[in-house]
Amino acid sequence: MRDLNEKAKQAKEKKAALGPDIDLTTFDAEPVGIPRLDSPSQLPEKDRERMLQAGVDASEEGRSGTYIQKDTAVVYSHSTQDGLLVLPIKQALEEHQWARDYYWKLVNVDADKYTAGAQLNLHDGYVIRALPGSRVFLPVQACLYLDRNNISQYVHNLIIAEEDSELHVITGCATSPHLKRGLHVGISEFFVKKNAKLSFTMIHHWAEEMMVRPRSVGVVEEGGLFLNNYICMKPVKSLQMFPVTRLTGRGAVSRFYSLLAGNPGTTLDVGGRIFLSAAETRAEIIARAISNGGTIVSRGDLVGEVPGIRAHLECRGLILRGGTIHAIPELQGKVDGVEMSHEAAVGKIAQEEILYLMSRGLSEDEATSTIVRGFMSVDIPGLPAPLKAEIDRAVEQSNKDMM
Amino acid sequence: MLIIEDLKVTLGDKEILRHIDLEIFPGETHILFGPNGSGKTTLLMTIMGYPQYRVTGGKIYFKGVDITHMPINERARLGIGMSFQRPPTIHGLKTRQMVRICSRNGADAEAMAEKMKFSDFLDRDINAGFSGGEIKRSELLQLMAQNPDLMLFDEPESGVDLENISLIGNTISELLERDIHVHTSPNQPRNKALQERKKMGLIITHTGFILDYVTADKGQVLYEGMLSCKSNPQEIFRCIKRIGYEECVRCAT
Repeated sequence: MRDLNEKAKQAKEKKAALGPDIDLTTFDAEPVGIPRLDSPSQLPEKDRERMLQAGVDASEEGRSGTYIQKDTAVVYSHSTQDGLLVLPIKQALEEHQWARDYYWKLVNVDADKYTAGAQLNLHDGYVIRALPGSRVFLPVQACLYLDRNNISQYVHNLIIAEEDSELHVITGCATSPHLKRGLHVGISEFFVKKNAKLSFTMIHHWAEEMMVRPRSVGVVEEGGLFLNNYICMKPVKSLQMFPVTRLTGRGAVSRFYSLLAGNPGTTLDVGGRIFLSAAETRAEIIARAISNGGTIVSRGDLVGEVPGIRAHLECRGLILRGGTIHAIPELQGKVDGVEMSHEAAVGKIAQEEILYLMSRGLSEDEATSTIVRGFMSVDIPGLPAPLKAEIDRAVEQSNKDMM
Repeated sequence: MLIIEDLKVTLGDKEILRHIDLEIFPGETHILFGPNGSGKTTLLMTIMGYPQYRVTGGKIYFKGVDITHMPINERARLGIGMSFQRPPTIHGLKTRQMVRICSRNGADAEAMAEKMKFSDFLDRDINAGFSGGEIKRSELLQLMAQNPDLMLFDEPESGVDLENISLIGNTISELLERDIHVHTSPNQPRNKALQERKKMGLIITHTGFILDYVTADKGQVLYEGMLSCKSNPQEIFRCIKRIGYEECVRCAT
């Protein structure tokens, strides 16, 4: 721990490689005391509503576990299934050696000022762990909620799917309706063990003056599957993240899907890198971006390090009402015998498609929203129905706002 | 009833249709012949209301309403539908959703798709990677769901394999209520069924295959921007095959 703190202190002023620099001192980092709840249904209705829009259901219906954090404090943490642990990370670090073993194992604490800040100001976060062989079919939900204006929230999450386990996580990040400005820094470390399956779906529902800097790294062992879905359709001032996944075991598979909307005043710089470092590994990065006057940088980098790997990257952007979409697809083949491809397209809605739908009786507006909805509806194989429904709902909600 | 009076249509800065007069009465189906580039598709797209086909003169009336400058979707609502030759792909929009859009949520997509041997395509993005023949079946499925009163078919048989040509032909015949021998019961006289036929059709064909399946009331030849002769479609087709469009049109005028 002391080592980590030392390293973090050294990196306190270190600017990130990507995204505009943030003056962290302009946000309050002092922990706020908030009492624990017996049930998420005790949350005020306005909070529950916002959480629901980010896919977190306070009724806990259809969920196998729930973690809710408000500002800097855990308010609820609960698992309903054997073989599934849902714990606040501070508690886990105190009580369990295994948690200490996973902590900062993949992300470098001195990567930049944000990782350093997360070590020095740790405001909790969640540990979700499926024990070996346990199949957790219902999603675990986690909510990182910001309530107090001008607050900074530094969290650290560990998501561990042990050997032969199956785990589905939905994380909703949201702000209360009155919050205008805030900072969220979230460190996430993903461990997908041998033959395990993990899907992680993150829905962001921020406010117009929010600064967001997630930092995450995942590792997938032999035969493992890691699905990483990200949805950000709501305004946010600046969000930058570049999650990295390493496929280290034979036959490991990872797929990243992101659905992004660039609203006026919003700058998103989102992407991911996947290292294909073992035989027969597969990776896919798929992004759909629509711009309504905001700025979206959509990155993707696939790195093929051994022969016989296959990887594909696809980024499609639609500029609806001004703004910028900057697609940066990258492929790095480092040996003979890799099979890697990418396609990127940025454009507008084809008039021909609108007219075709109009000839079937839709008005021009209906036709446009039908096309946008289709554009954002990406089939994600292996995702359980309730998660797919949450994604569809988040996208649908945003489409309504935009049209 | 569709009435077209002295229609002139420009595409880009080129005049495609110079002088079109056409009347299709309820229950009638017309076949539209003409060489490549004569403006057959232009005529259909203009009736449907595609804005790039600019009407520079004349009028189009449908069901007594002047639709010359009516937006496409209002024409669709009024009862005009089209089977397109090369419809665009819409990513993320399933064929099933498209069928629902056409029927305004009223149709049994499954049953209709089964009829068109198209069930396997319901969960595919509309037109994505469809072959020529699959596009035709998809278009007919959509028309079936939309059930318009005037149907425009742009070369419905092109790209269709021999196995499916009868499916296409018979479906069009059914959509246009031309299959009266099927529906007429012994106690319902044939002319009564004929009188009850209301659907109107305008079909472009190059190959004439469609004539084997769909009985039509009139043939029309579009040549140099005008409809140059109207008569029995079979006769026109035989004439075109024998002596070509130019001669055929000359003999008619």
